[in-house]
Amino acid sequence: MPFACIYVPNFSVAAVLRVEPELRARAVAILEGKPPLEKIIAVNEKARRMGIAADMTRTQAELCPDLALRPRSPLQESAAHAALLDCAQTFSPCVEDAACDTALLDLAGMESLFGSLAEITRAIWDRAAALGFETNVGAASNPDAAMLAARGLCGAGTFARVGVAVIPPGQEAEQLGSLPVEVLFADHFLEGEQKEHAARLLETFDRWGIRNLRALAGLPSIALSERLGQEGLHLQQLARGTASRTLVPVEAPLIFEEAVELEHPIVLLEPLAFLLNRLLEQLCARLASRAWATQELRLTLELDPSFKEESETFSQQFLPQLEIGNRQSKIHFPRTLRLPLPMLDPKTFLKLLQLDLHAHPPGAPIVKIHLAAEPARPRSAQGGLFLPPSPEPEKLELTLARIAGLVGEQKVGAMELLDTNHPAGFRMRRFGEQGSEKGQREKACASAEQQSVVTALRRFRPPLRASVTLENGQPVYLGYQKKDVQGRVLWKAGPWRFSGDWWEREAWARDEWDIAVQSDNTIALYRLVHDLLGGNWFVEGTYD
Amino acid sequence: MSSAVVSTSAALGRRFVFDDEEAEVRSGKVLPSTINIQPSSFPAISNRKSAIENSVIPASRLVIRPAPEMVSSGIPAIDALTGGLPRGCLTEICGAASSGRTTLLLAALAATTARGECCVVVDAGDALDPHSAAAAGVELDRLLWVRCGESLPRRHGGTEKGKVNSAFRERRAGDNQAEHRIEQALQATDLLLESGGFGLIVLDLGDISSQAARRIPLTTWFRFRRAVEYKPTILLAIEQQPIAGSCSSLLLQLGWANHEFEEIGPTHAHLLTGLDFTAEIIRSRLERKPARSTAAFCSQTAWAG
Repeated sequence: MPFACIYVPNFSVAAVLRVEPELRARAVAILEGKPPLEKIIAVNEKARRMGIAADMTRTQAELCPDLALRPRSPLQESAAHAALLDCAQTFSPCVEDAACDTALLDLAGMESLFGSLAEITRAIWDRAAALGFETNVGAASNPDAAMLAARGLCGAGTFARVGVAVIPPGQEAEQLGSLPVEVLFADHFLEGEQKEHAARLLETFDRWGIRNLRALAGLPSIALSERLGQEGLHLQQLARGTASRTLVPVEAPLIFEEAVELEHPIVLLEPLAFLLNRLLEQLCARLASRAWATQELRLTLELDPSFKEESETFSQQFLPQLEIGNRQSKIHFPRTLRLPLPMLDPKTFLKLLQLDLHAHPPGAPIVKIHLAAEPARPRSAQGGLFLPPSPEPEKLELTLARIAGLVGEQKVGAMELLDTNHPAGFRMRRFGEQGSEKGQREKACASAEQQSVVTALRRFRPPLRASVTLENGQPVYLGYQKKDVQGRVLWKAGPWRFSGDWWEREAWARDEWDIAVQSDNTIALYRLVHDLLGGNWFVEGTYD
Repeated sequence: MSSAVVSTSAALGRRFVFDDEEAEVRSGKVLPSTINIQPSSFPAISNRKSAIENSVIPASRLVIRPAPEMVSSGIPAIDALTGGLPRGCLTEICGAASSGRTTLLLAALAATTARGECCVVVDAGDALDPHSAAAAGVELDRLLWVRCGESLPRRHGGTEKGKVNSAFRERRAGDNQAEHRIEQALQATDLLLESGGFGLIVLDLGDISSQAARRIPLTTWFRFRRAVEYKPTILLAIEQQPIAGSCSSLLLQLGWANHEFEEIGPTHAHLLTGLDFTAEIIRSRLERKPARSTAAFCSQTAWAG
């Protein structure tokens, strides 16, 4: 049964380079700790060649002019680890989360889907590169040998390409023999007693003259167990490539989040769009690797808290989030983008976010960006040859967002009738959503019974406040500031009394008249309304 | 090229002399007697000739635009008059208040949504009544409504010196609002035409005064016409008077036919049961020639039963 291991060298550096790929060509070092006691914990190859090493202080590192220093970001590392697991899940449902920089895959049965072992490992490497990682991928007949191959053999150029190593079955001892014994303790996350124990074992091997795995594999097993116990035997099995165990699979949670902390606050929307594009591409790649789409994007911007003292309107807007006297208070600016259908196009998402931020700007410099996507099953609709034309969902969403920027969010959409007798009993809702059951029943009845043309009412919004001359309680003259809506009443029908919501504060009662008014050389039919509670007269609309 | 030069050259049987050549002679750079009228000796002439040959499409390769597909407007009388509403064309429907424009609009929306297509109403005056639309049979789920016109802040004439005419100020504020609404409506229509996928797009300028509507440049209508060409979309413009000029393929004028009112009985016994309208074809660029140019149709109020 073949196994594969995906290993990300210099994981802390890799997590930063995922978000800032332009730093790949430069020397990069990661700092951790509280200033002024920050120390370097990880460097990339270019920085190592320049002489930068772990445990150097910031002051020492800053002497090197071409070195890019970045603080360690647990958020970015968490996102990178999740992306690593997503990549592994693309190729196998059985994935073990061995370490934050290592994932083990069980490739049993995958050869019929993805090809030979060499093709699978190459595909894994390519997929990881698409997610922003420079990885080492090893494959062998047992998980531990695959892990040793990924951690030690890749880049050696012995066989296969740089970054990919495949050990044929039965050749584990031979292929792993040249690796130094340090590779058995290459887990960078050993701390405390484990780290000291590993150091003692390495010292013991060094005293014995054991430099590589071949030498360790050649030791007599009984003598080794007498001196180092079961642990020594286990290490020898690893060196021989014969250790066998089952994977402990983990179901990667369906959490798709990306974040970036900014060194300098962003003020303009254009550079923000640049970063959002990068985060969206990463998110969409991760969703695609697990065959998901998204129907909701949540963007949270952390704003510069020192800005609150400069801007009164900013303070008023974010007053509930400010803690009095707490200078370290964080101010979050959340925006949620809900889509009518599951989508997976980063360009469309970016455009929608840009339009949304343009309509609702944060109002303060941004220091951190957090983007999360709610996974949803991709839609599987297939268009037919004889179906009526309909707008493409992605294009329609962009168009609606642009129109909302023109006329306002509440002024574009579909209409839905409410269950009330009030003449203004409707609400606007998102276009494309299903209407209420009542609305759909009314629609069906209207369609079924529609045989003749219905006279339409054309409303005035707001209704025109008019002055009405009455005779015997009936309107005889309509007065309004516009000449074409004033004149003598030629004909009238009514009044028809309507009222409602008398149990609410917004009670209403009105008398409606249908009147024909002659103004200048035209005659038009209007709906005239007398508000019984306020006493005013309004022209509500024209029958057209 | 001046006509005098052409006629002189044609009358004398000489080759045509082009402007560049004539200019060179007049400026004295070239003596007339030294003119070699062979086209190959003048780069300007040969360039002009090749440009003309490249820009003129031979008649054998001209694309004949097919007749537009006609779909039902929802009113049989209008369908009999015009053949329906043409896809891929701009149709104007004009009329004063109570002339039946909105009735025809809702009937067209109902017919389009019944076919399963999506529609848009770009409502410059925010005049659409949802209850009327539902009563007319419009499937509200398939109707996108764009309501134009947040009211602009009123100018209180703080920058104007001297006595201010309040009526003039009101009129100016009204004009500004109308222009604001028109601008929003045109931009929204642009975006919707670019997006595509709609069976019917209505630009409702029925409540915009003719004076304000006439300020819409013809280039805008030309752009709309080109945008909707070769698409299965009906572009309908509702207005008080024709404003699109020759850009519209069909122009209908509606009017209220019958102004007779019964005065028998008390007013609460009167009931508005419906209206009679007339429709007249003012202009039609469609291939189908109508047998007659006017038609009449009736409408019924929702409560008439």
